[in-house]
Amino acid sequence: MSLLKVSHLSYTYGHGTPFSYDAITDINFEIEQGEIVGIIGHTGSGKSTLVQHLNGLIKPSEGNIFLDGKDIWENPKKISQIRFQVGLVFQYPEYQLFEETVYKDIAFGPTNMGLSHSEIDNRVIGAAEMVGLHRNLLQKSPFDLSGGEKRRAAIAGVMAMQPKIIVLDEPTAGLDPAGRDIILSRIKQYRDTTGSTVIIVSHSMEDMAKTAERILVMNKGKVEMFDTVGNVFSHAELLESIGLNIPQVTQIALRLKDLGINVDNNIYTVEQMKNSLLKLMGRGQKNA
Amino acid sequence: MLNDITFGQFIPTNSSIHRADPRTKLILLVMFIVFAFLSNNAFSLGLMMAFLLVLILLSKIPFSMYLKNLKTILPIILFTSILNALYIKTGAELFSFWIITITSDGVWRAVFMSVRISMLILSSAIFSYSSTPTAITNAIESLLKPLNRLGLESAVHTMAMTMTIALRFIPTLIEETQKIMNAQKARGADMESGGLIKRVKALLPILIPLLISSVRRAYDLAEAMECRCYNGGEGRTRLNKMRYSIMDLIATILFVIVCSFSLVLNILF
Repeated sequence: MSLLKVSHLSYTYGHGTPFSYDAITDINFEIEQGEIVGIIGHTGSGKSTLVQHLNGLIKPSEGNIFLDGKDIWENPKKISQIRFQVGLVFQYPEYQLFEETVYKDIAFGPTNMGLSHSEIDNRVIGAAEMVGLHRNLLQKSPFDLSGGEKRRAAIAGVMAMQPKIIVLDEPTAGLDPAGRDIILSRIKQYRDTTGSTVIIVSHSMEDMAKTAERILVMNKGKVEMFDTVGNVFSHAELLESIGLNIPQVTQIALRLKDLGINVDNNIYTVEQMKNSLLKLMGRGQKNA
Repeated sequence: MLNDITFGQFIPTNSSIHRADPRTKLILLVMFIVFAFLSNNAFSLGLMMAFLLVLILLSKIPFSMYLKNLKTILPIILFTSILNALYIKTGAELFSFWIITITSDGVWRAVFMSVRISMLILSSAIFSYSSTPTAITNAIESLLKPLNRLGLESAVHTMAMTMTIALRFIPTLIEETQKIMNAQKARGADMESGGLIKRVKALLPILIPLLISSVRRAYDLAEAMECRCYNGGEGRTRLNKMRYSIMDLIATILFVIVCSFSLVLNILF
């Protein structure tokens, strides 16, 4: 049984008004324990609407979401319990920081769960470590941190709830390359140490190539593709037709192939390209 | 709940009301409200109501938008109606229980008051739905021009600019509030249950981020305005000048006729 199952999920904004508009229609997919899944799609493709369904912030117009085989809306009064099991990190989460200290802010979620003091303390320190925030920062005001640190503090606030699934909406938006790399590597590390499932929403194909294992492509409120990274990026034309790009390095690889240079299939990170080119050049030198 | 706040929302339908000069609309709006409140019998109030209905139809804006506006002030209407019904003791007694006496005069007044408040809200809605926030403040600035002679030039302009900015940011703030609420809900914040103190406390995680982002926005906006050489109203010219047209004259005459007619009905009955 899969950890998360979404079946025939549809949502209409402003149902029954002249402004009604279908944000997502008939979404079906399953995600297994411990996977890192990427969700990509053009602006307005329904990504954010979809992820807000996963923790019950939006109630589906139609269809169901099953967590561990149980419908999350089975008991609407207990929906806040679902929010502790499916942690959602919004876009620009640093704008939701509000406590006097970073420590207290990270503790907000665990406190709402009604945990004991010592358990909260463990979780806050653990989550801060997970995102690479130094202990000294915990007693500072969150507003004294740098942009990247704020973002990580906010992510730690959700990780501290130890959800089964953590969903991150554009976790690297607006950060410099170094900041992006730290966040992505920390997210990966989080999965590796806790075995939790991670879902990342992103525009950046490069980010996806670096972190995700499977990618769900959204287009106009529907699932266009849901496959491994390699298989998704091999459909360059389809992706382009729905306004998405493949990673730049994959574009170069495809162009090289057109020119008759025999690079590997499935190149989507710079590292893979480097290895493939070195292999080719090595052979070239031998021939010469 | 937050989506129901429709004040300051421009709905472009390009009706004749939309094309009218905002100054004309503002003056006629004030005139309409004054006469609606002066109407003291069913005939003149009925005339004003019929006129309002014509204006609503002319605006080409879906009726549901107006209903939404009325829904938000329903508590105020109910409150004033109940007070009116309870406190007016003249007229035939309809119902009496303990210290509560309801009379025909009281009911009549309650109905009158509700209708008047609804008309006030609906007519203002026509104005704000049909005029962009910029047009509204331009109209106010232009109408307050006589104050310039009193040496208040910069005050008038500053006030108009402040209003433009405030109106412009209402939808932004609503959207922002909703986002922050969702984000805190995702961390288990509970805003729907508990007593008064608990609920007020639950607002802090929303109000603090909202305040901080508003301050940040204010700084950004001030900087952006300075970058575009904003230095007050002096010598500032406009891209779209407001002009009175023949349509504005026709509208004004129409309003004067309807309002005089309602005045006559007031005196006759």
